[in-house]
Amino acid sequence: MDHFLTEEQEMLKELCAQIAREKILPMREELDESGEFPWEIVKVLAESDIYGVYIPEEYGGFGGGAFEMCIATEELSKVCGGISLAFAASALGAYPILLFGSDEQKRKYLPPLAAGEKLAAFALTEANAGSDAGAIETRAELDGDEYVINGTKQWITNGGEADIYSVIVRTKKSAGLRGISALIVEKDTPGLTFGKRENKMGIRASTTRELIFQDCRVPKENLLGREGMGFMVAMRTFDKSRPGVASQAVGIAQGALDEAVRYARHREQFGQPVASFQAIQFMIADMATQIEAARSLVYSAARLVDSGAKDVGKASAMAKVFASDVAMKVTVDAVQILGGYGYMKEYPVEKMMRDAKITQIYEGTNQIQRSIIGSAVIKESAAEERKGK
Amino acid sequence: MNVLVLIKQVPDTTDVRIDRETNTLIREGVPSIINPFDTYAIEEGLRLRESAGGGTVTVMSMGPPQVEGALREALALGVDDAILLSDRAFAGSDTWATSYTLAAGIRKRGEFDVVLCGKQAIDGDTAQVGPGVAKLLGIPQVAYVRKLTLDGKRCIAERMMEDGSDVLGVPLPALFTVVKEINEPRLPSLKGKMKAKKAEITVWGVSDLEVDDSEIGLDGSPTRVKTIFAPELRTNGIVFQGEVDETVPLLVKELVPILKTEI
Repeated sequence: MDHFLTEEQEMLKELCAQIAREKILPMREELDESGEFPWEIVKVLAESDIYGVYIPEEYGGFGGGAFEMCIATEELSKVCGGISLAFAASALGAYPILLFGSDEQKRKYLPPLAAGEKLAAFALTEANAGSDAGAIETRAELDGDEYVINGTKQWITNGGEADIYSVIVRTKKSAGLRGISALIVEKDTPGLTFGKRENKMGIRASTTRELIFQDCRVPKENLLGREGMGFMVAMRTFDKSRPGVASQAVGIAQGALDEAVRYARHREQFGQPVASFQAIQFMIADMATQIEAARSLVYSAARLVDSGAKDVGKASAMAKVFASDVAMKVTVDAVQILGGYGYMKEYPVEKMMRDAKITQIYEGTNQIQRSIIGSAVIKESAAEERKGK
Repeated sequence: MNVLVLIKQVPDTTDVRIDRETNTLIREGVPSIINPFDTYAIEEGLRLRESAGGGTVTVMSMGPPQVEGALREALALGVDDAILLSDRAFAGSDTWATSYTLAAGIRKRGEFDVVLCGKQAIDGDTAQVGPGVAKLLGIPQVAYVRKLTLDGKRCIAERMMEDGSDVLGVPLPALFTVVKEINEPRLPSLKGKMKAKKAEITVWGVSDLEVDDSEIGLDGSPTRVKTIFAPELRTNGIVFQGEVDETVPLLVKELVPILKTEI
């Protein structure tokens, strides 16, 4: 299907596909096994200007937006949904600065992120605060000109590898969501250490780690926006970044479909390619249709984000929930089409199935997405009714 | 440091089809790429410019107008400018006429320090054009280079040989043909691709070059292709193991009928 990409977007897509094919493909199996962070790929992506695609030109980027971020993430994820996170998770960490940073903060932090010289990470989740983001316990207290941070963040993508962390902390004990703020913390700040690397089911080439803050002091200029805006920083960041997770899901699904179709064309049973059987053809038809529907929804959401529309939460959640559910279903079906071979590590579809699962869980579980969508739809209806009266 | 890299556009396939009537390659329907060995030459040119701390890298190719695509690919990698030698009069050139035309292009381009080529093109596999150009320009040449370093006003070239390597100090200007062991070619950047799209490519025809009409194109090409055929596959040899007095009679028994049929 033609999604009417501009010439520049086509160029970006083509370049990311080339990087995926020539550089990521030869490494994905090994990195999935070892769980090593793909620094070699980070270097390639940096030299090819990919890290700057969604960052404005005045901060050293390519001047694109969420749509360009999605194109890059999708192409890289077609080959490896884990390695692609070295790019996409940095974008998630950069968004709070992009959206809420002062000009000074943007000038300081965005150019090295756009150049891929530094990576970013976003830190919200804690042991007792996942979907309930308001329950975070990591404290930041103002002491003179500095915030003193104490607490532990967990499951932080790019943790320990990134240089710049957007960290959501509690600055007021009792004020609920209004007591939450967002701070920029640099990697080498004393008092910040990194805990264990998680041993994950999928996206194994992506590092997931604890951030441990023990009397970690950061200058108060590192506050993003104002005190008490932290919850909003997190939510607005997710509104913009969720199409990115969705495009990771679309990429993984497309990669799995491509493998399944190729296999079905060559695998012969009962004297003919299994692709000639209607049972397989109907599976392929459903997979392809679902992927195309997911991609169209993701692109629409990303374009809405880039249009500057005020309320993008619903569209962005729809894209994330739909695309990630499609990725899970399509990868399970791809394993089914490959049969016994699909279950073996010699073929990439079992990895794609493991990688797909996380897209239903992180950056807001699909259950949280559904409550965002549900309440938005109900609010819209109520507003319509008020207008009518 | 001014580097000239000579590149060739070739069909992207190892499964080359041949037109039996004309004995030429069938290029229709086959996508074109930069000859893979030439991509190492481009990379080495960029590295020489970087290690010299300045200068230019120019790519040059001879061929039909569509070769522009290959030149733009090179520009996307960070090459400074591109020159295409294109004219109907150049059509049908063999390695002699190609070397002659490229040498004329290089002379017109002016001063340079290093000329780089891939060791050979994957379509013709002759490995003759690079050395031919060096001969016509009257400059030193080293083929099959796997390491090239700048050493003041000369280059140290490590030439790959079957039984090791030769290390040669070469005064500049000089021409080198490179093997794939020399480096790992970079990928293009987004900015490079955008720049390449808009870049102007210089096109020189026969009237732009100082060439003798009898030395260019099909007329200037002494090579005549009489026939192209795929050689018969060699079967595996037979190994006779055991004591000499046992194996020699066996060997003779195998050889005699073969020798008889050959005669």
